[in-house]
Amino acid sequence: MANSSNSHTNNSLALSDNNELIANDGIKGWFDQGFTWLVYSFTTITVAVLFLITWIIFQEAKPAIAQFGIQFLWGQDWDVSNEIFGALPYIYGTVVSSAIAIFFAFPVGIAVALVTTEKFLPPSIQAFLAFTIQLIAAIPSVIVGLWGIFIFIPVIEPLQKLLGSYFRWIPLFNTESPVGTNMLTAGMILAIMILPTMAAISRDVLLATPKELRSASMALGGTRWETIFRVLLPAGFSGIVSATMLALGRALGETMAVTMVIGNSGQISLSLLDPAYTIPSVIANEFAEATPGLHIGALSYLGLVLFAVTLAVNIGAVLLVKWVGKTNR
Amino acid sequence: MDGSQNSQIQQSLGAELFSPLPKSRQLFTYLMNGIAWGLTILAVVPLLSILWEILVRGISGLKPEMFVNSVIDFGFGNAILGTAKMVSIGALLSIPLGILTGIFLAEFGRTHPAANFVRFITGILTGIPSIIVGVFAYGVIVLVTKNFSAIAGGFALATIMLPVIVLTTEEALKLIPTDQRLASAALGGTRFQTTFRIVVTAAIPGITTGVLLAVARAAGETAPLLFTALFSLDWSSGLLSPTASLPVLIFNLYNDPDPQKYQLVWTTSIVLLGLVLFVNIISRLVTRRKKSR
Repeated sequence: MANSSNSHTNNSLALSDNNELIANDGIKGWFDQGFTWLVYSFTTITVAVLFLITWIIFQEAKPAIAQFGIQFLWGQDWDVSNEIFGALPYIYGTVVSSAIAIFFAFPVGIAVALVTTEKFLPPSIQAFLAFTIQLIAAIPSVIVGLWGIFIFIPVIEPLQKLLGSYFRWIPLFNTESPVGTNMLTAGMILAIMILPTMAAISRDVLLATPKELRSASMALGGTRWETIFRVLLPAGFSGIVSATMLALGRALGETMAVTMVIGNSGQISLSLLDPAYTIPSVIANEFAEATPGLHIGALSYLGLVLFAVTLAVNIGAVLLVKWVGKTNR
Repeated sequence: MDGSQNSQIQQSLGAELFSPLPKSRQLFTYLMNGIAWGLTILAVVPLLSILWEILVRGISGLKPEMFVNSVIDFGFGNAILGTAKMVSIGALLSIPLGILTGIFLAEFGRTHPAANFVRFITGILTGIPSIIVGVFAYGVIVLVTKNFSAIAGGFALATIMLPVIVLTTEEALKLIPTDQRLASAALGGTRFQTTFRIVVTAAIPGITTGVLLAVARAAGETAPLLFTALFSLDWSSGLLSPTASLPVLIFNLYNDPDPQKYQLVWTTSIVLLGLVLFVNIISRLVTRRKKSR
């Protein structure tokens, strides 16, 4: 990362001269001007896509916004036949399943990042390991969901039943004989899916920390893990936070795998072993058969809420990365 | 007096230098090593399990006629064709936009004030949930044409591919040395000639990689197709009718009680996963070799 930004500044110096070197007369010149404008207009279209998405979804959501207003956000009913819609169970499901995902993916992601940056292994094997974990990100989410429902759930269900029978006095596990499709399972599947994001960015952050920091800590007699906990992780703290935020953004918007394993029941229950529902899942399940008007409007309104939340999380992460890049320089 | 103090210090220093770490710190090291290794192995297990299970459950049912039959005849030919159609539409829309935006960022943008803004917006586009893109494509195409169609699905996939192509094109163009641009300009090359004949030509392997990654990602997307292209059990006629795709086939049929359909789901998975992973591994290997050179 540091390297690319260096070469970037060097090049921009050279290129500012380049502009004046370019021939600008005759038919060639006109052609060139046309090309420049083509590039500008296509770039404008790319930028416009984001604003167009916002505007279109807002338009689709308008009937529901007019009908329910801001109260939509804490309404708890979702009654399609009577056209009463409230978003709270879905917002709750989205937030809690993503929180569970972060809870599992954070330590595992950091561990992978450490094992693939610290000198536990020869560099070639480290690179191979990092590459392998990266491949998880390439697996289509519907296949992860398929694996979740037919392979992961049969393995995890007995454990959850044990949890439900021995720890029912904890409100989080207060479900009598839970079935495999529930909030906890969805969170764990999500954790698997966001792990590559978490691990890859944390790895980049750790690779970018100056070698001197590590050497200094080791020279003062710190062991490897003392160096990691007192020097490396604090130094990379903000980078790791932004990795977590990007991973969170992915978890919030993940659709297919969650839809297949969360149980799709729009209820708010404190127990993680109860089925739940998320915003992307309800859109995926109902949108195709929804009647135009309030139902489509309500689903689009849900989409707008999700869009706003992921936008905020992603912008936060991007700004944090930029801010960190500036303070490091 | 001084001498004895010195030797005392040396003795204690020697003791500290050569004595092993205290037990508690040793234990901490071993413990943390164990935890880190344990968690890393835990991270690899799901990947291996997914690959293994899909392979085992899918390969047994794989028959060559599946590639030419539609879902009605227990094949996935129409889904492959649908995915190919929609990914092609997506590529057709997003490749020119993406590559020219990438050129803007890498060639014009270094001195342009809007470059950082464009880069920022592209970054945000990458993070938009794919289901949201589906809602967007529904509003733009399906509401207007009053029909679920391959066009709508392709449009949604284009939105997903666009930021991937922009960012990888920029990366690929950045790797081309500035000297080559200067040399071209010195020989009287215009901006167009320099960009296309010199820079883009040299960066074609990198750009191709980016396009392939975008195609692989689009081919595996389900959520944006659910209510834009919908699904079809049979071959679909033309681009303006509901169209099947590999991922939506898996999602629609995974609960099917018919054992033959159930088997079809696993076989489709092996085809889709094989396609996506193959493209990913090849393109990542190519880029890695480029970077290390």
